[in-house]
Amino acid sequence: MAITTNSSRKRISVLCSRAENVSNFIKADSLFGPDTRLVYKHYATLYFVFVFDSSENELAMLDLIQVFVETLDKCFKNVCELDVVFNFSKMHTILNEIIFGGQVLETSSTEVMKAVEEITKLEKASNTITLSKSVSSWQGR
Amino acid sequence: MAGSSIMESLFQRSLEDLIKGLRLQLMGGGESKFIAKSMEEIRREIKSTDIQTKSTALEKLTYLNSIHAIDMSWASFHVVEVMSSNKFAQKKIGYLAASQSFNESTDVILLITNQLRKDLTSTNQFEVGLALECLSVIATTDLARDLTPEIFTLLSSTKIFVKKKAVAVILRVFSKYPDAVRVSFKRLVENLESSNSDPAAAIGVFCELTSRDPRSYLPLAPEFYRILVDSKNNWVLIKVLKIFSELAPLEPRLAKRIVDPISEHMIRTASKSLMFECIRTVVTCLTDYETVLKLAVEKISEFFLSDNDDDPNLKYLGLQALSILASKEHLWAVVENKEFVIKSLSDMDPNIKFESLRLVMEMVSESNVAEITHVLVGYALKSDPEFCNEILGSILLTCSRNVYQVIVDFDWYVSLLGEMSRNPHCQKGEEIERQLVDICLRVREVRPELVRVARDLLIDPALLSNPYMHRILRAAAWVSGEHVEFSRNPFELMEALLQPRTHLLPPLIRAVYIQSAFKVLVFCLQSYLVQKEVISSSLDDLAPRGFGLHFDRNFPESSELSKQEASADCEQDGDFNPRLKRTAEDYTGDRIVANGQTSSSVSLENDPFTHESIVNLLHLIKRALGPLSGSDEVEVQERARSVLGLIDLMEQEIPGLLVREGSLKGEELQGLKVLDLIQHSFSKELGPVSLSAQERVLVPDTLLLKENLAELDTVCGDILLSPSSTFSLGNILFGEKNNTLQKEKESEPSTESTSLLAEHRKRHGLYYLSSTDKNGSGSNDYPPVNEMNNLIDGAQDLLKLTAQSVDSKKKSSYSKRRPMVVRLDDGDEEAGLAVEKTKDSKDDSLSGVVRDILLGDETKPMSSQSKPSGKSSGKRRVKEVTLNIGHPSQSKETLGEVEIPRQGSSNVHSSHGKERHRRSKKKDGDKDESSRKDKQMGHRRGRSKNQQSADIQTPAIPDYLL
Repeated sequence: MAITTNSSRKRISVLCSRAENVSNFIKADSLFGPDTRLVYKHYATLYFVFVFDSSENELAMLDLIQVFVETLDKCFKNVCELDVVFNFSKMHTILNEIIFGGQVLETSSTEVMKAVEEITKLEKASNTITLSKSVSSWQGR
Repeated sequence: MAGSSIMESLFQRSLEDLIKGLRLQLMGGGESKFIAKSMEEIRREIKSTDIQTKSTALEKLTYLNSIHAIDMSWASFHVVEVMSSNKFAQKKIGYLAASQSFNESTDVILLITNQLRKDLTSTNQFEVGLALECLSVIATTDLARDLTPEIFTLLSSTKIFVKKKAVAVILRVFSKYPDAVRVSFKRLVENLESSNSDPAAAIGVFCELTSRDPRSYLPLAPEFYRILVDSKNNWVLIKVLKIFSELAPLEPRLAKRIVDPISEHMIRTASKSLMFECIRTVVTCLTDYETVLKLAVEKISEFFLSDNDDDPNLKYLGLQALSILASKEHLWAVVENKEFVIKSLSDMDPNIKFESLRLVMEMVSESNVAEITHVLVGYALKSDPEFCNEILGSILLTCSRNVYQVIVDFDWYVSLLGEMSRNPHCQKGEEIERQLVDICLRVREVRPELVRVARDLLIDPALLSNPYMHRILRAAAWVSGEHVEFSRNPFELMEALLQPRTHLLPPLIRAVYIQSAFKVLVFCLQSYLVQKEVISSSLDDLAPRGFGLHFDRNFPESSELSKQEASADCEQDGDFNPRLKRTAEDYTGDRIVANGQTSSSVSLENDPFTHESIVNLLHLIKRALGPLSGSDEVEVQERARSVLGLIDLMEQEIPGLLVREGSLKGEELQGLKVLDLIQHSFSKELGPVSLSAQERVLVPDTLLLKENLAELDTVCGDILLSPSSTFSLGNILFGEKNNTLQKEKESEPSTESTSLLAEHRKRHGLYYLSSTDKNGSGSNDYPPVNEMNNLIDGAQDLLKLTAQSVDSKKKSSYSKRRPMVVRLDDGDEEAGLAVEKTKDSKDDSLSGVVRDILLGDETKPMSSQSKPSGKSSGKRRVKEVTLNIGHPSQSKETLGEVEIPRQGSSNVHSSHGKERHRRSKKKDGDKDESSRKDKQMGHRRGRSKNQQSADIQTPAIPDYLL
């Protein structure tokens, strides 16, 4: 099982205290139960933390972070902190495509992007309808 | 109406506004106020009739819940409303909120079944996706049961987007509603083998399922094997390797089959993650296959090479793989990489440091323990406190493992313990204390050295201020009191035990100090008196005059003083201050005396128990303990009083004690007897006690145990009152000091109690030690530990006398014989046995059903969807008859016993498997053919004729010769 989290205050303090160029794994038994580990990676100001158990491969989890970041990068064109902060819903859409009920479901960022784009399109379509409808009803008064 | 809603939605703060607002507040610190205000808005907006307003409010709430942990369970009904919106964007918000906030105890979860069903059957694949995502997180037993048909249909969806999610959601459905296995297991398996899509999702599900209960999925091994050989997808390969590392230990033939493909992957792959997974599979379950193991170790060594950009992750994982190997007694792999491992001890990465420390400790053996620990203790001094303690902890653990198996030279080890205690970062006081006492009890030969180490610790006043040292000091005090006879200088020891800085100790530890002082005192007095009795005349000549002067000047008044003090102290606490002052003044004087005494004892090495030294000793004790007889701490007070009481008693019984010359008179011998008795009670040797010793005490027939302990209240009531009575007792003792008769009476209990204790030990002592009942000697004495060893011959019993034939290659420093180490039969067994079994018994309902399906039991009513079963069920029934002797989940165990009647424990799967293996060899020809068919047929077994006949004999799991 893999669980994703990006940024949680308790963990940040632990992670920030770690030096550069050390291994990216931390045993997380105390936080998330037995046999869990935590892998983190940071890109400039962005920290990514995944929690996983013995059903996952450590190095594969590092790769998965890479997949996630690549997808974000494609999605936001040079992803930065603010993109993550302001796009709560989109972050969830992306994550849901990669990780599903605790299992890694998709590992190709192209596939993820395809799905995310379609979902976004669908969301936008349903929203514009709402707006035009209510605007027209307002004008009709 | 429409107007108000558009106004609402126009002026409603969006999620983006909320986030912006929050970020502004970050600087000002008004965050919580802002959140409270937003929550007010949300509570209002979420009640709106306009679904747009409502969903925006819900989105904001979901955000606040996930980032700021604001409760949202109150809004669950609104979540349901938003979920049922027919606009995708709103529906998505609703589903996200549901995934985030619903759990088993959410009551409205009952209301969403129909909504989920509607969305699962929607033509829009993304709506189906939303519903599946939500289900994968929140599905309850009810939801799983009610929606199984829909999910079953989706398992063969033509849209990959939907299909993979449907496969993944199965994991949750199975765990909530195991009966769903009957319906959908076949389709799940089809997802594994189908050539149309990649099996990633299905293999992921099986990886999870297998890790929970490997045995049930053994029949699927052919499918997994095919994937292992054919797949090009590293993710899939990793998962399949994980599955095999669960399955291989259960089926030796399977292990043999996967060796080749795995080494193939190791040679070919460029992916580090796949490589590591291969290595891990090999080191965990294929260690019996030499070539592949060698290859794996070679690859591990490559992880350590610096041309991997010095990747710390690879180093860390490589070290981990090595320690798996080390734990399986393939130490050669560690030794091959020894250099790197030792170098890693000083790596900056804590993970790597810890792993290499573990490995270094694995390498420890009798021959190198001294060298390795020497290096490590050096490292510990240099490293940060955390790692330092990690090092010390693992040294302690390794050295004490299996009752100090690796230790030959206990003198060395004891002094190592002393050295470790002095490490400024050392926080392992508790463990060191335990080991000091433990070794003292178990190893007789080491006691003199132990007393020396204890002395060095005790006389260092600086150690007293370190709270982590206190536990160690307690052990040191106990050891040196218990074995004072080995002390080179009991007077110095007494000084150390009573040094003024002991007030820094916690009361309970201080009590141990005082108790030890008591033992030392008894020892000194007795040695002195015995010697005086024997050579009283020669003593005269030896006693230096100068110190006699000291004594004349000091002693009478101070003994007077202490008595006054004691009485004053007991009568009124207000007098405390002046007394303290005086003792402080006296103390300086006392130091001089003490110093003099030390030097005198040095000069009289052969005969330290001079008259002066004894007098000084008494003087010292009275001065140090006098104030403590009024201590608030009951342990301290009581022990201080018993020491002072003894001195009092002695002074009375043996007036000659205070007189320099002359031999003991008749009645003084009486006092000597008392001393003898006390000394006797201390001189009994203490031995280790088995953890289960208590259980072995048979309850005597005459003993009536009460069920109800209510009567204890009255007893406890007495105990609660008793402290005050002890105080008054003290008053009598010290207040009416003129009344000698009274005093005699008071002093009686102490001797009486010691003799009682001796009695008690004589009578019950046997029970305190394990298996002395086998001791046929019939002696009533509390048996000294080592004597007992000689009496008991049981091989596994008490002692492990390793008559080490010292290897000629090893250093000569170990020429020393390893002393006897007392071992108890059971208490020392490592508690690993209990752990082993737990995993096995996990026969939950899910695996029961899975076995039913995989082993062909399909008699239970199945829904109409399962068409393929019809054909084969007739033949499978034969199997089922043999299988369903007991509960389906137990069928394996039952079979195991039927098949191999002499095998005691059906839990031993590996031997079980081997047995079967041997048996099946007889039919090798038949089997090979049938298994080849198996491979072609995929998972559909139970086809060939000879299999039917074999079913009666072979256990539930069919053949896997792939």
